[in-house]
Amino acid sequence: MNGLASAAIKMAGLRGAAWALDPRIEPGRHAALRPAGPESARIEWLYWVIFWICLVVFVLMMIGFARAARISSTSVSDRAILEDPQGDRRSAWGVGIGLGITTLALFVVLVFSIAEGRPIEGVATQNDVTIEVTGHQWWWEVAYPNSEADLRITTANEIHVPVGERIAVVMKSGDVIHSFWAPNITGKRDLIPGYASAISFQVDTPGTYHGQCAEFCGLQHAHMGFSVVAESKREFEAWQRQQLQSAIEPSEPETKRGRQVFLTHACVMCHTIRGTTAASQMGPDLTHVASRNRIAAETLPNTPGALAGWILDPQSIKPGNHMAANALAGDELEALITYLESLK
Amino acid sequence: MPVQTTARLTDSELHERLERTWGHPKGVWGWFSNVHHTAIGIRFMVTAFIFFLLGGILAAVMRTQLAFPENNVLGPDRYNQFFSVHGSTMIFLFAVPMMFQGFGVYLVPLMCGARNIAFPRLNAFSYYIYVGGGLLLWIGLLLNVGVDTGWFSYVPLSGPQFTPGKRADFWAQMITFTEVSALGVAVCIATTILRYRAPGMTLNRMPILLWEKLVVSIAVIFAMPAVMVASSLLLLDRLVGTQFFNPAEGGDVLLYQHLFWFFAHPDVYIIFLPGTSIVSTLVAVYTRRHIFGYTPIVISMIATAFLGFSVWVHHMFATGLPPLGENFFTTATLMIVIPTAAQFFCWLATMWNGKLQFKLPMLWLFGFLFVFLIGGLSGVMLASVPVDLQVHDTYFLIAHLHYVLIGGAVFPMFAGIYHWFPKITGKFLNEALGKIQFWLFFVGFNVTFFTMHFLGLRGMPRRIYTYAPELHWSGLNLLASSGAVFMAVGTLVFLWNVGSSLYGGAIADINPWAAGSLEWGVPSPPPSYNFLYIPTVNGREALWSAVANQPVVTGLRTDIQEMLVTHSLDSEPQYREETAGASIWPFLTAVAVSAAFVGSIFTAWAVPIGAVPVTIALIAWLWPRGSSSTSKRATALEPLAYER
Repeated sequence: MNGLASAAIKMAGLRGAAWALDPRIEPGRHAALRPAGPESARIEWLYWVIFWICLVVFVLMMIGFARAARISSTSVSDRAILEDPQGDRRSAWGVGIGLGITTLALFVVLVFSIAEGRPIEGVATQNDVTIEVTGHQWWWEVAYPNSEADLRITTANEIHVPVGERIAVVMKSGDVIHSFWAPNITGKRDLIPGYASAISFQVDTPGTYHGQCAEFCGLQHAHMGFSVVAESKREFEAWQRQQLQSAIEPSEPETKRGRQVFLTHACVMCHTIRGTTAASQMGPDLTHVASRNRIAAETLPNTPGALAGWILDPQSIKPGNHMAANALAGDELEALITYLESLK
Repeated sequence: MPVQTTARLTDSELHERLERTWGHPKGVWGWFSNVHHTAIGIRFMVTAFIFFLLGGILAAVMRTQLAFPENNVLGPDRYNQFFSVHGSTMIFLFAVPMMFQGFGVYLVPLMCGARNIAFPRLNAFSYYIYVGGGLLLWIGLLLNVGVDTGWFSYVPLSGPQFTPGKRADFWAQMITFTEVSALGVAVCIATTILRYRAPGMTLNRMPILLWEKLVVSIAVIFAMPAVMVASSLLLLDRLVGTQFFNPAEGGDVLLYQHLFWFFAHPDVYIIFLPGTSIVSTLVAVYTRRHIFGYTPIVISMIATAFLGFSVWVHHMFATGLPPLGENFFTTATLMIVIPTAAQFFCWLATMWNGKLQFKLPMLWLFGFLFVFLIGGLSGVMLASVPVDLQVHDTYFLIAHLHYVLIGGAVFPMFAGIYHWFPKITGKFLNEALGKIQFWLFFVGFNVTFFTMHFLGLRGMPRRIYTYAPELHWSGLNLLASSGAVFMAVGTLVFLWNVGSSLYGGAIADINPWAAGSLEWGVPSPPPSYNFLYIPTVNGREALWSAVANQPVVTGLRTDIQEMLVTHSLDSEPQYREETAGASIWPFLTAVAVSAAFVGSIFTAWAVPIGAVPVTIALIAWLWPRGSSSTSKRATALEPLAYER
């Protein structure tokens, strides 16, 4: 069979081809087979074990079928029925041996899967950092709980973790089923209404890793991204200290006016800015919105232009999301953007 | 009771009498009254194929949308409707109705040596109710109330709170329609196989395709109620305010997933086992030998159907079930590979020791072996919980499911169509066009779906209507979309082939492939009564093992539609029985039931009010009539005889 050679090359080249096809790919970029921590590394290792077993089986079967096709494609018009009891006895042995090998291979897959699954799925009671993630249509609420209420950090869509430490993510859903998935870090876990769930992982390579909702959750499932920023313990603690502060008090007239715009328009209906009277929990907490890299659950970069477009007409950028359009006058908008961009 | 001496009639006299009794009713009224299995079987296949084309059109539009990042062919609302209706159509309106109902209704009575299917009116009813479900889903899409919550419509997204309006109701009620249809046909097919087999066709001489249809019928009877419970509870939540799936009121959203997948995983085997039986049937014909490993293949099919009921949780690994439970389902999922591997090895052995004739159906079978093997191996990867947690709900999974479903159903379907088309229509399909179609479809399929494995590993989740260019999915998506063009062109070539062959194709004789099963012993296309005389059978391939003067059964009445009922195990004749003939009432009952079902989307009153016309139609359907009061009852064997 002609397909045999090309198929074998295709399968064998999997690891290389996946990356070679796209030269822009950066190491550590969003992908299941680019592990950044021990959990995804275990899964990657297991993936390749099963992959090579499957590849060997595939090649053997293809050789078998190619040989079957080659032996016998001679007698196209023959209507007689063949009897070959001796050949059948040989075949019975062949089928038996084939099934034996199949069972053995499956057993290997089973043992490795169970062995690798235990450390990946288990969550220890003691972790260095615990994070609460709540899925909403279509953004992620992120909190760092603390027994003292004023030491609790609340943010959205951007999860900071220190490298080399055990992280536990405790998850719940605010509406429908979502699934938390950052492929470079570990496998996915569903957020199911009525159920609490938790995963634990560690990130060893510093960097920003993309994550995305993996369970269809309605109209804007495509735009429900998040990022995991893995940084050194020192940077992480600095980030925590900064997030714990209330919003920066505006000092310039423009930022003061911007805060006024925020507090007198629809913004306060959904958003919180700690240190002001805006305290609604419907949408993402904006106390430190300027410290985040992207807005609208990873949909847009956090630039003044993108922010202005988002505030004016979120429905054309992310149709169906729960933020209403805001018809602000030009100078009001400008002041508001200046204020929001000051909320480091 | 007058004793018929049919043996004294010439074949043409007998043909005339049987034609008068069994002939297809004429005209529009007659078309809707026809309950003969060949007519209904063809309608199932044609209708299912139309839904295959419609579902394919949706897929083509979705691939156009995904060809480029941030493309604007479809908005999120329309895209979500398209993928939901695509999946629902392909599973509920194409794959099962084609592979189980279509091939089953047409082939089973012919392979049994019977003149019609058991309960022919129930069978006709099942067809119309299936059409009702299909129309409901598609009219919904055209009126912009197409389902937009995916083909498994998980709660709470599909519940009253997050999907107000009627979209999810249209979908849930479509499930009810199609499952009623599948259950009805399952009863007809299982009864036909167990009671209408020709004398001599003992259980261990049944063609593998009959074994498969029996096994699948039983699987349908066990699997379909689960999904009907799921969809009915969802409808109740949405319509009358029950709280089965509302966690705020003590309902459970995971219960829905268990109920749904308890159906939907066996459903994969309900789709795939018919494919394997087509392979087993055709491999024997085109290697000119009996299938190797008849008994292991039959046991494998039974084992697959049985194990198919204990793997459903592998769709739910990411929900975070206890590890011990997950390991059980991983083990069951890996175990189910063994019977499928046994079938693969038996086909391999058959071809290895046979005289393989590389005709067109065989080309499609090799396509099946290649494609399904890849799908099966990626299934092994998905069975492993840690790997599944990475690739579940990504394009890797999309690739896997299309490799198993297109590999397990569409490739064998085309093989089967090229094989049986001469029997069904009396015309050959064009071999050259068939080869062109195969290569277009095969290459296009692999370009489209093999590429998706890489997309999934790169983190592309399923069911997203667009993606950002920075995520590096653009090139691979464009490649996947380009493959879809080849598949579409290949399908157009097939349609052209069917059209031109029907009007100008070469005439097929009774048995052009020198095949061994009983349907190849009747003219092409089969007459309305199928068999002039009920045949007798000496072996697994009835025509191959027939002797020069193979006896036939004579003595069945020709003035009424009389059938021979035989023993389930040894197929010894037991009774003669008059079977139900043409009637408009199955159609009218289906209309009444459809009206009640559709009405119940809007008001619970549709159930009691709709029950009235349904009851009237059922009374009319079952009203006793006929020449004498005894004619309906099973009667003694007396005038029957074996004659050479």
